[in-house]
This record gives sequence, C-alpha cells and structure tokens, in this order.
Amino acid sequence: MMAALYVRDVRLGFRAGGGAVIAVLFFMSVIIMMPFAVGPDLRLLAQLAPAFLWVGALLASLLGLERLFQADREDGSLDQLRLSADLPELALMVFVKCLAHWTVTGLPLVLAVPFFGLFLNMEPMAVLAAMATLAVGTPAIAFIGAVGAAAGVTLARGGLLVAVIVLPVIVPVLIFGVAAANGAVNPSQLFFVPFSLLSAVCLFFAVIGPFAAALFLKGLDE
Amino acid sequence: MMSDTPITSRIVSGGLAAFANPARFMALSKIVVPVFAVPATVLIAYGLWLSFNAPEDYQQGETVRIMFIHVPFAWLAMMTYAVMTVAALGTIVWRHPLADVAAKAALPIGAAFTVLCLITGSLWGRPTWGTYWVWDARLTSVLVLLFIYLGLMATHRAIDDKGLAARAAAIVTLVGSINLPIIKYSVEWWNTLHQPASISSLERLAKPALPPEYLWPLFTLALGFTCLFFVLHLTAMRTEIWSRKADGLSRRMARQAG
Repeated sequence: MMAALYVRDVRLGFRAGGGAVIAVLFFMSVIIMMPFAVGPDLRLLAQLAPAFLWVGALLASLLGLERLFQADREDGSLDQLRLSADLPELALMVFVKCLAHWTVTGLPLVLAVPFFGLFLNMEPMAVLAAMATLAVGTPAIAFIGAVGAAAGVTLARGGLLVAVIVLPVIVPVLIFGVAAANGAVNPSQLFFVPFSLLSAVCLFFAVIGPFAAALFLKGLDE
Repeated sequence: MMSDTPITSRIVSGGLAAFANPARFMALSKIVVPVFAVPATVLIAYGLWLSFNAPEDYQQGETVRIMFIHVPFAWLAMMTYAVMTVAALGTIVWRHPLADVAAKAALPIGAAFTVLCLITGSLWGRPTWGTYWVWDARLTSVLVLLFIYLGLMATHRAIDDKGLAARAAAIVTLVGSINLPIIKYSVEWWNTLHQPASISSLERLAKPALPPEYLWPLFTLALGFTCLFFVLHLTAMRTEIWSRKADGLSRRMARQAG
C-alpha cells in the first residue's frame, strides 16, 4: 500500500508536471546567477560554494512544496487517503509522500552537485561533503515543508505562504548543513559534529513534520 | 469538505451549550481586565521611576538602563509564544473555541514585544558591543521568532475561513515552538556575544549576579509588562469575540433577508 503510494507519486512527479526537471533547472539558474553577483574570482567562489549550493537547493525544494497535497486534493484522492486511514497511518502516508517528493525534487539536486562543483571551482572533497549534507538535509526540508503544504492546502496559490511559514523553521537545517559542508574542507572547522546535528534535525522532523501535517489534514472537513 | 460554518461562528450563531463558554469568558474578562490594568500602570510607572534612579553602571554608564526594558520585552516575546503554544494545543486537542481566539489575539502582541526586544537590544548593543547587530545565536533565534510570528499573521490573513486558519496556525505554532528552548539555551549551547542569563534560577536568585538596585527596577518592570500583556491580550480577545459575533449576526441577517 505504502509502496504503491510511493511509486504512484514518483511516477506522477517525473511525468506530467515535470517537477523534477523544473527543480533542477531552477537550482541551476540560481547557482549560475551567483558568479555574476559575486564576481568571477575562483578562490572566492570555491569558498562560498557550499553556501550557494545550500541556498539554491533550499529555494528549489521550496518551489514544488505547495503541490505536495494540492494535486491530490483537486482530484479527490487526498480525501480518500484521509478517510481510509487513522492518524498514525495518515502520518505514515504523508511521510511516504514526502519521500516521493524528495525523490523527485531533492535527489536530482544532490546528483547535480558534482556538475555545479566544476563551475564553482570546488575540490572533490568539498563536492562529496556538499552532496552528503544535501542528501541528509533536503529530506528534512521536505518533512518540514509538509506542515506548510498542509496548512496552505486550501489556498489556490499558497506557494508564498508556504515559504513564509516554513523558512524560519528550516534555519537550523541550513546552519548545520552549511557548517558541515564547510567543515569538510576547512581544517579549522569540524565536519562530524554539525553533520550529526543535521542528521538529528532530519530524523526529528521526519517524525514531527508528517505527524503535524496529518493532524491538520485529518481535521480538514470540520 | 471545507464547511462554511467554522466552529467559532457556529458557537456565535447558535448552540447554547457551546455559547456558554465565550459568554462566561466575556463576563469574567470584563472584571479581570481592570484588575490587571491597575497593577500594570502602577508597576510600570514605579519601575520606570526606579530605573531612572538606579545608579549608573561603572562600565556602561547610562546605557545600562536599557536592560530594565529590554529584558522584560524579551521575556514577554517568549511568554506570548508559550501562551500561543498552549492555546494551539487547546485548538488541536480539545477544539476549545476560546483557544482559537486566544492564539490569534496574542499574535500581534507577541510580534510587537519581539520587535521592541530587538530594537532595544540593538540600541544597547551599539554603545556596549560597538555594533547594532551581530549574527549571534541568541539574536538570530529571536529574529527567527519574529519571522514565525509574521508567518502566522500571514496565515491568518491568507486563509479566509476562520476555523481553518486557526487550525493551520495552531499546527505551525506547535512546530515553531521548538524555537523557544533554542532561544533560551542559545547562550549556553553556543559561544555568543550575548551574555548568559543573570537571573537563571531560584538558586541564583538568592545570590544574584545583579545588585539589588538593578534587580528591583528589572523585576518591577517585568511584572508590570506581564500585567500589561494580560490586559492587552484579554482586550484583544474580547475584541475578536465581538467582531466574530458581529460577523455571525450580519450573516444571519443576510440569510433572513435573502
């Protein structure tokens, strides 16, 4: 059942709306803008690269969030999911939907990092660290985003509201993510401490986020 | 799906049992507001007088007086969020109609105290730290608090249905409440420019880090502003209930006319 939901969401994501392609394209546009804004100094770019990649990935992940439940709500399948399950089951469904959403929008970003690493003059080690932190951090963004997406599900154009609600809560993810990505290259900074904190934040929101979103969706028709 | 009579308006327009609660609240709050208003006025006036009569600090000079309002503002910015978190629980768990009203009414008050805390803090920071703003953990987490407040206000503006908006805001409030311990312990978890708490526990209270001539104005003002919060909060709740009642009435009249 959960596997079927996952496969369905991933297929939908890769097909019609093209969520995956657009997220990567947007990510690319943001990253490409950075050298124009900062200047072509390769040393400076390499130094700022983890921050660029993280901000780019953050914005790209926010992009598709409002669609997380909206398409399902429009065709009625969200109601079916809601009514067929009790709260823990619904939370699990939201969790699966977040994972599918991440597979479609987050994973391609992570895989695209080596490519942008070339543009930003990153060392192989820095590329690996950025990929590792993003691989752990972008699911956290999806889990937190589920709360915002649920809260804005009744709105026709809730995208901005979702971003405004979700961004303050994402700040710790960004802080630990960039700190770990920097820590891998700078000998004066740590990698594993912020990285394990980032993982902890991700696991924490993997529980809290889907549960809170399910709690809201469950009471939607009252 | 989305019902056109949210919980609150159902309360207002009918159902005696459910109406009992807001009605009792209105009767009670009418008495309680002045009960808080009097000590609020007296304590704030006395506290301000005390703060201007406190001796200058040997290092900070006159600017130390900013502490007497900065600390209460910071405390209230967080207490308001704590009140909203409890109200959010009331909305989600018990479906208490007053909880929606309490959470919504507290929002602008909390946002205002947070802004005041940030402004007084940055005005204090300029002479003592040499800068209006640093990206230190305490300052950043309070800034995040402000953005959570603003996001919640945006939620209420964006969603028309009041019951739905209250539930959405309640969920976000609960998730955002993890920021409170981060603010509280930010000065201990990270190396910050912001000093750690001087009044952290009852133990420290017996041997305070602050001399009594600083402690007294601080306590008086903290208590005064706390009373002020209750006055503002209860008044805002009363206003919100009146406006919902008016909404319900005009809707009923429109229904009868149509």
